[in-house]
Amino acid sequence: MKTAIKVENIGKKYIIRHQQEQYLTLRDELSSNTRKIFLNVFKNFRDNPTAVPAKEEFWALKNISFTIKNSERIGIIGKNGAGKSTLLKILSRITEPSEGQAIINGRVSSLLEVGTGFHPELTGRENIYLNGAVLGMSKKDINAKFKDIVEFAEIDKFLDTPVKRYSSGMYVRLAFAVAANLEPEILIIDEVLAVGDANFQKKCLGKMDDVSKNEGRTILFVSHNMAAISSLTEKCILLNNGKMIAFGNTDKIVNMYLSTCMYDNLISKDGIYDYTNYKLHEAKINLKNAKALFINGKTSGNDNNTRTIFKEGETIVISIGFKVIKKISFLELAFGVKNMLDVPIFSVLSDIFQLDLKPGIYNTKIIIDPNYLRPGEYNVGFSMYAPDLQDGIRNAMHFTIEANSAIYNNPHWSFSFLGSVKLPYFWEEPVKIN
Amino acid sequence: MKEINKNITIIQSRGHNKQYFADLWKYRELFYFLSWRDILVRYKQTVIGIAWSIIRPVLTMIIFTIIFGKIAKLPSDNVPYPILVFVALLPWQFFANALQASSGSLVGNAGMISKVYFPRMIIPASSIIVAFIDFLISFIILIILMFWYRFMPDWRVVTIPLFLILAIFLTLGTGLFISSLNVKYRDFQYIVPFIIQLGLYISPVGFSSDIISKKWKIIYSLNPMVGIIDGFRWAFFATRSSYLLLSVIFSIIISISILFIGVWYFRKTERTFADRI
Repeated sequence: MKTAIKVENIGKKYIIRHQQEQYLTLRDELSSNTRKIFLNVFKNFRDNPTAVPAKEEFWALKNISFTIKNSERIGIIGKNGAGKSTLLKILSRITEPSEGQAIINGRVSSLLEVGTGFHPELTGRENIYLNGAVLGMSKKDINAKFKDIVEFAEIDKFLDTPVKRYSSGMYVRLAFAVAANLEPEILIIDEVLAVGDANFQKKCLGKMDDVSKNEGRTILFVSHNMAAISSLTEKCILLNNGKMIAFGNTDKIVNMYLSTCMYDNLISKDGIYDYTNYKLHEAKINLKNAKALFINGKTSGNDNNTRTIFKEGETIVISIGFKVIKKISFLELAFGVKNMLDVPIFSVLSDIFQLDLKPGIYNTKIIIDPNYLRPGEYNVGFSMYAPDLQDGIRNAMHFTIEANSAIYNNPHWSFSFLGSVKLPYFWEEPVKIN
Repeated sequence: MKEINKNITIIQSRGHNKQYFADLWKYRELFYFLSWRDILVRYKQTVIGIAWSIIRPVLTMIIFTIIFGKIAKLPSDNVPYPILVFVALLPWQFFANALQASSGSLVGNAGMISKVYFPRMIIPASSIIVAFIDFLISFIILIILMFWYRFMPDWRVVTIPLFLILAIFLTLGTGLFISSLNVKYRDFQYIVPFIIQLGLYISPVGFSSDIISKKWKIIYSLNPMVGIIDGFRWAFFATRSSYLLLSVIFSIIISISILFIGVWYFRKTERTFADRI
């Protein structure tokens, strides 16, 4: 397969000024130069060179290298400030790298924002042409696509109304519709799907899926929506602090990102967790007035040995320790499991324990036997209701379910894409009815 | 199967984009669309709309005629004073309007610059088009005025395009230079109105160049607009102001130099626009 994008040692450096001035004005430049001259003159008299405004180099990206083949769909993920957008800006030629080079083979369209170049005074029709031209379409292309665009945006009644009169939903729909009808060989997309209502987002994702899979485009896609990344891309680049951490299959990289980046303070190799750092607790709870707080937790098997990896179907025992500070008359505990895409899988509530709990340290256990979870990574969160909500910890625990090859006749079925849970069932043998 | 395309782009630091001008040509439609947008948007939500393009130069002409012709009683070389003023207003208004529009154009389109790639030169260049449309409208008014005053220009009038091109070079060069400076130093948005105001006093818009004393003539002619405006007057009225040739030569040299400086500086700083704006 042909190479679409080849990136070699790309780096991008910014100079940060610590005076935090927003705009550089001539006066600043002149005065800082004069200051330098004076400082040089008086260097012998004063040894305080720090009076010159401090500048600092900041590498938004460093040593990035990768190769993308034709019609591959690549996701770029990472925390805010990891350098994702900078990378896209370099590849779409908006800004130059400070070092390294990239070779791009094919026509590129980049969509870092929907509705770039839209003018509020112009009508929908006029903006379609303008936005199309800004995104690199010719008038001929736009004419050919015009009907599709209007249809996709569902704005035909308002085609000749200035877009400043549009609702924000209509505006976004129109903007995305133009972009969706671009036909480049390489499409670079920043987090543009995070707009519009749920219905429209779904439509956009569908369109993107369609475009990428059926039309064989090379796509580079940045998003924080892991579900979208997983469904749209095959491979992922993981960035962190301007460096490329990994490049590989989406499933693997997404899991890696979620487990290393998002919850790094809650990762435990041995299945023992400490919650005495109250930053981990849900912020909306007033910890000062809390009558009870979670203090620790652990995940273990039936044998009471703590660990984080379980086989499918194996018993999982979750113990939670909490501290009662002031006497409470009753207690209810809730516990929920989410997958790595942050989708809730199931949750359970305890009974309302009508106990008079005196101040002290308590422990409680949840026994899941057997576990119906499919192979994959899971997060656990829990919360506590006493007379009112007392405490909650969102990503309190983390465990992995491994495929249990013994329960599959055909190993093909042992992947997480078959869903998150496997409920007990009985499947009757096929019967001939006709 | 798609044919193997030759669209290979190499992105480098301090990259030397050899295809820059080919790229500029490829994006010519964007140039049309941006000009078209500026024209469409110009008089949106105004009551009299395009009439402003007629009223503004005509009012300026009336004011100048009253101040310089009637009150100051400056000489007019036997040309009706309104036409004398209006002919000078054509290139002057073009320069002033275009400079005003282009110098702020990059900052005004910051959203596009930080989100999409295209040769940046398109933005200041297309912003000049609106001023050019105004120029054409004023030109029609001039023709009407000439009929009114029964004033017939001779063959020299065919040289107008040459002086117009000179004005475009000067305007484009200044616009490119100042718009790119404005990205880094926002001071220029305050300097430009000042340049325009000062320019109006040192250019022969409201008066004829003949009233300048000989002592100052050479320094006065260093202003490239002097050659352009006097050129326009010469083409219409066949009035040869003294030092006409000198001021036109100065104007050609300076305008072309400014164009080169503008393009050179723009190209040099263009790569950092998205980071700075």
